[in-house]
Amino acid sequence: MTRESWINVAALAVLLGVPLWALMADEPFIITLATRAAIFALAGVGLNLALGTGGLVSLGHAAFFGIGGYAMGILASHAQSYALIMEAPFLIEGTKSMPVIWLVAMVTSALAALAIGALSLRTSGVYFIMITLAFGQMIYYFAISWPAYGGEDGLSIYVRNEFPGLNTLVPMQFFCLCFAILCLALLLMNAIHKSAFGLALSAARQNETRVLSVGMKPFHLRLVAFVISGAVTGLAGALFADLNRFVSPTMLSWQMSGEIIIFIIIGGVGRLFGPVIGAMIFILLEHTLGGLSEFWHVYLGALLLGIVLFAKGGVIGALAGREKAHD
Amino acid sequence: MTDVVLSTERLFKSFGALKATNDVSLDLRKGEIHALIGPNGAGKSTLIQQITGHLASDSGTVRLMDEDLIGAGPAERARRGLGRTFQISSLAMEHTVLQNAVLGALGQRGNVMSFFKPVMKDAQLVSAARAALVQVGLAELSATRTADLSHGQRRQLEVAVALTLKPKAFLMDEPMAGLGLEGAQQMIGLLTELRKEAPILLIEHDMDAVFALADRISVLVYGEVIATGTPEEIKVNPEIRRAYLGDEVPA
Amino acid sequence: MLNGLQFGVMLFLMSAGLTLVFGVMGLINLAHGSLYMIGAFAAAAVAAATGSFVLALMASLAAAALAGALIELTIIRRLYDRDHLDQVLATFALILIFSEGTRWMFGSFPLFLDVPPMLAGPVTLPGGIEYPAYRLSIIVIGLLVAVGMFALINRTRVGIRIRAGEADREMIAALGVDIAKLYTFVFALGAALAGFAGALVGAIQSVQVGMGEPVLILAFVVIVIGGIGSIKGAFVGALLVGITDTMGRFLLPQIFALFLEPSAAVSVGSALASMLIYILMAGVLVFRPRGLYGVA
Repeated sequence: MTRESWINVAALAVLLGVPLWALMADEPFIITLATRAAIFALAGVGLNLALGTGGLVSLGHAAFFGIGGYAMGILASHAQSYALIMEAPFLIEGTKSMPVIWLVAMVTSALAALAIGALSLRTSGVYFIMITLAFGQMIYYFAISWPAYGGEDGLSIYVRNEFPGLNTLVPMQFFCLCFAILCLALLLMNAIHKSAFGLALSAARQNETRVLSVGMKPFHLRLVAFVISGAVTGLAGALFADLNRFVSPTMLSWQMSGEIIIFIIIGGVGRLFGPVIGAMIFILLEHTLGGLSEFWHVYLGALLLGIVLFAKGGVIGALAGREKAHD
Repeated sequence: MTDVVLSTERLFKSFGALKATNDVSLDLRKGEIHALIGPNGAGKSTLIQQITGHLASDSGTVRLMDEDLIGAGPAERARRGLGRTFQISSLAMEHTVLQNAVLGALGQRGNVMSFFKPVMKDAQLVSAARAALVQVGLAELSATRTADLSHGQRRQLEVAVALTLKPKAFLMDEPMAGLGLEGAQQMIGLLTELRKEAPILLIEHDMDAVFALADRISVLVYGEVIATGTPEEIKVNPEIRRAYLGDEVPA
Repeated sequence: MLNGLQFGVMLFLMSAGLTLVFGVMGLINLAHGSLYMIGAFAAAAVAAATGSFVLALMASLAAAALAGALIELTIIRRLYDRDHLDQVLATFALILIFSEGTRWMFGSFPLFLDVPPMLAGPVTLPGGIEYPAYRLSIIVIGLLVAVGMFALINRTRVGIRIRAGEADREMIAALGVDIAKLYTFVFALGAALAGFAGALVGAIQSVQVGMGEPVLILAFVVIVIGGIGSIKGAFVGALLVGITDTMGRFLLPQIFALFLEPSAAVSVGSALASMLIYILMAGVLVFRPRGLYGVA
């Protein structure tokens, strides 16, 4: 196994081990923290396909995180209040079933990513960065000014949604659910990275002309990557909303977009487990430093600056060296 | 007629008042190497861009195997059989040599939207890639990172990737650029073999290579083709000699 | 409508610096919003200490320019050769540092900057409309700055160097222009404009941490619409955005009120209004992916 593989296994072990310990030590709060880490990791795993493999610097990915969250919020709140979402032309009721909610969250995020991507990917470089940021803001402002679902104050969901066979209110059970989804997502991303699509997408990041000269269109590759990326981040959003039993426009803010990117960078951009390690470190910092000082963001900023200037590969890059090429 | 693989007919392209391409008609026949030479600023790059589809002509046509390529972008033209190598190596630097070649084979086969099967384990693609690498002499370096290759090896890889496309015609932009004596000899040997696969439209400055390889030579000056002929005809053409060759080539 | 103009002019001040930095140095700077904030805080602090608005404005220019020069010399310098992701991350990190730093220095509660008494009242314009004098002076100042910028770019030696730098960075280095100084100058100039905008707006809205980022994002929209690297584009884009946004917020609810009931009209109208400039941006992009005056 390569060094990177060992690091990945270790990361999973920590992510699973800490809540198990917390279960035995009866510290449910730590389980919740671990769940937060797993969900953030999932959001990062989504973005990493577009950012790390595809080279698309999307500064508006919180849009998908939030859309997933609001999908959950809207469906659940309607189910809660027994009100119909729509009567005509289709009868749409609310639901509190997680699998359905996840499906809706992913599909709506994917559609949003399709729309935003189709427009934004016609540009490149700085334009793309600014445009994704702007679209993210647009959705943020929309959510704030749409009063039906709480506007600026957000929306509370009183009871956690249901998953067949589990009691989702028990922290450990919900954690295991999120952890399982994270593992599935990682398996998916691993497969994509090694697939023909992954090869082409990565080549498009490195040299667009080359991809054109072998008869492929970078635009299509990137759009597909962007849509998949949006869908996965959207799923994370739905889970996040479920964890907190609360959705608010903050999930759509540029700060959130920035944070997702930060997880990835800390862990190592383009590395499969980059978001996982990065999210864990972020939660750790948030919990420990945040407890010490309310200005802990300064340290986060300094850390980020240090990584960008001196340790571009993040934690995995520093520990495992250059990425091993495929065999 | 059926011998012609690639042709341009009366291509025009102006940038404002500058006529970069002025009524250019060329053809590339089966089995030949047709070299395009001309001083700097003659409009070679502009012409190449029009043939590959990166730039739209003002008027005129480009045909590949008798099909008009109008409206097709670079990716489409590559799919239709136009293989190209670049003056400045255009490769995925982080990928290995084999990965770059597999990318070409993938492009040839189509079906890039495959998400679950590991592409480097795809027997058909990998064997096609390896065959191309063997042909250019890079087989031992297949696992090397492209960024670690020497300049000459990268030029070879460029040719290999173009090969995997099974093109109907090659468009090669200064393949000799930056190669030392030995590298140039190797490349000349490679191109001589290559013409049997598909004819080559060769843009070059290296006169030794041109006269060694070309079956026909066209001279481009100020956007116009002022002469087309065999190397001997071009060599003795007094206008060309005066305007371009000077005393580089002995009579 | 005039408010739209004022908003637009203020956006121009923000965008001009941003587009210059991108055009000349190829650098995307997210911390520009922080410079805006620094200008506002400096102005508020100085105004509170001395009571003079003019001193406060000067302080904002100085503080922002200084901060700009400082980060350019220490951090930004290292980013010119890096890819955009690195620039985004590093300047995002700067936002975090500046925001928290400011919060630590000044606390979380907003500061207030008072409009100078001389400009506090309304002014009667031709046509009988009354308009706050202060806002009018912002428009005037902004237009003066715009004229000044045009003059700088098009008529001075520095301007020539800037324009040459936009076109070909390596060339001007080869021609012996001191790139390092030029870059620091451009960056500090952009910073000063941002800080100045912050101070001016600080009197109308409150001065608080995080005030810069929403404006920064709007400045991005302006630049996308106007085209990166073009001051003219920034000007046109800024006015377009400013007026569209203000008029949209005013008109859309009224338009919807024509065929929806009042409360729905207000909510749909204002929700749509908040999205309007982004829709405008998307529209421009469809037809001109490089912006209206983009220099590619």
